[in-house]
Amino acid sequence: MPIFSEVTHKYLRTKKKFPNVWCAGCGIGTVMGAIIRAIDNLKLSRDEVVMISGIGCSSRMPVYVDFNTLHTTHGRPLGYATGVKLAKPSLKVIVITGDGDALAIGGNHFIHSCRRNIDITTILINNSTYGMTGGQVAPTTPFMKIGTTAPYGNRERGFDIAKLAIAAGAPFVARGTVYHMVQLQKLVEQAILKKGFSLVEVISQCHTLYGRLNKEGGAVEMMKWQRDHAIPISAAGKVPPEKLRDKFLTGVLWDIDFPEYCEEYDKVIAQAQNPEGQG
Amino acid sequence: MKKGTMEIQEKLIQGNRACAEGAIAAGCRFFAGYPITPSTEIAEILAAELPKVGGKFIQMEDEIASLAAVIGASVAGVKSMTATSGPGFSLMQEHIGYAYMAEVPCVIINVQRGGPSTGLPTKVAQADTMQARWGTHGDYFAIAVAPSSVAECFDFTIRAFNLAEKYRTPVIVLADEVVGHMREKIALPDPDEIRITNRIKPTVPPEWYQHFEINPHFVSPMASFGEGYRFNVTGLMHDPFGFPTEKSEEIKQKLDKLKNKIMHNLNDIIQVRQEFMEDATIAVFAYGIVARAAREAVRMAREKRIKAGLIQPLTIWPFPDAYLEHILEQLDLMVVAELNQGQLIGEVMRVNRGKTRVRGLNRYDSELITPDQIFEKIREEK
Repeated sequence: MPIFSEVTHKYLRTKKKFPNVWCAGCGIGTVMGAIIRAIDNLKLSRDEVVMISGIGCSSRMPVYVDFNTLHTTHGRPLGYATGVKLAKPSLKVIVITGDGDALAIGGNHFIHSCRRNIDITTILINNSTYGMTGGQVAPTTPFMKIGTTAPYGNRERGFDIAKLAIAAGAPFVARGTVYHMVQLQKLVEQAILKKGFSLVEVISQCHTLYGRLNKEGGAVEMMKWQRDHAIPISAAGKVPPEKLRDKFLTGVLWDIDFPEYCEEYDKVIAQAQNPEGQG
Repeated sequence: MKKGTMEIQEKLIQGNRACAEGAIAAGCRFFAGYPITPSTEIAEILAAELPKVGGKFIQMEDEIASLAAVIGASVAGVKSMTATSGPGFSLMQEHIGYAYMAEVPCVIINVQRGGPSTGLPTKVAQADTMQARWGTHGDYFAIAVAPSSVAECFDFTIRAFNLAEKYRTPVIVLADEVVGHMREKIALPDPDEIRITNRIKPTVPPEWYQHFEINPHFVSPMASFGEGYRFNVTGLMHDPFGFPTEKSEEIKQKLDKLKNKIMHNLNDIIQVRQEFMEDATIAVFAYGIVARAAREAVRMAREKRIKAGLIQPLTIWPFPDAYLEHILEQLDLMVVAELNQGQLIGEVMRVNRGKTRVRGLNRYDSELITPDQIFEKIREEK
């Protein structure tokens, strides 16, 4: 796909930082491409884009891209993003996080970021496992799937990330997959344009660890699984409920409006500076 | 009081308020924190005061996120701080380490209370003395300053910001419950009289910029996000560009840089107050609120013709090794008074190497050390 890579390459720190740490066939690079093309398509200046991540395979992404980049601590990128955005609201803040990063060690920061509603775009790459440390069970690993720390099968349930985010107050929640990369770019664009906290969950594949441990095949088989199990939310009503049972919905799942924190804080400043003022 | 521009404003305020006002005077325009006794007033005051000067306050979900937000704001170019106490200080250690590694200026005020664990929320202690030096994992060099009065809460918070900006490092203000909560009259200086240090900004074009440049001063110029430099910041070991590295020569270079920027500037960073030390053969070594009892004890001793003096480190970390090495030569006795089971005394003994007798006076029952106790200790040991 020469057109895709042509756009992508303009934004990569090719001189210093390649090859990358990801396995061949990993979904994270595809997500990075979709994010870059979304930024390019929206004509954002790379000087105004800040990419912030935590720790894990997906969180290595900022190192490779030519934006303002902040690779933080495990689970905490949303805390850092809160400070960056509030200090300089003109910046476009994009957080890259994984399922372990955002939902286990960073679960508290995640739900409070949803609730607080600062204009941050969060791309949560969900591969159902801890890839960087070698395939341990994650808060998204489905019931009875295998991880290196659940060799007899995971006896816990995985989070439904979208439902969690919606319940916690996020005004914009979408889900895409690595397989549906064109749709993914569109979802990222919508998320960036959304005023407020936006979340895009991306179903990705870790064939080297999760796929191997659970005998789900290689990258191609796992991407075919994504293709066969994703139901666009627009079509969900037409599918009989029994056929939805092992599927997941994709597209914009939730989109409401709620006052954004930085804009609200500007009102706080106005009020503090002019307590007698009108309005 | 005279009228005019040079009018000095006198105020009866609490130590925690003086910290908050000192922060604003220093140019702090971002605070993120989490409520915790006995530091909460700093957050409450800044929630009201920061927006008045165009600054921002946010209450985060915990202390971990608080310091994350503070570091994020500083990387975006805004002077930032948080305030906490023991349990919160423990939670912040993860990001204090990040700030050392990523060389992000910020200020952390620890209004110390009794511990360990939840301990004594409303009672005084100095038991986080060593935690302020060694709290987070890995090799690093800490700066911590310790106020003993409301006036010093104001001055030292400004100084903490100046040191943080100058050396691109987190700086800890090690206060305590009594200093934080007591009220004293202080003379607030004219804002124009306050010396403010700001981080050095790069002068090179973006393509030449290295966020962690190696230079003879050991402190790299610091661009902010959104200024066109597009650098990478990471808590991983990194090269001068900020990109992760595992090369042994780059690792050593980085850790030497963190050390040298502090250790080559000790004369600028370390401040020690000494009183009656010219002819003293006995010294009381005490910081923070204990130094005030020690001062009174030294006066009592002098009345009894005992040649006692006071050594009050205003900077706890880095420790004033060189000063002590020199002064210990003239002493027969050094009493180290502290509100813990013996923390700074270990540092004094490390420097002492048998030069003189070092004795500890420790109180850790939540009450202050009194001047009488210190005076008695001097009499007992002399």
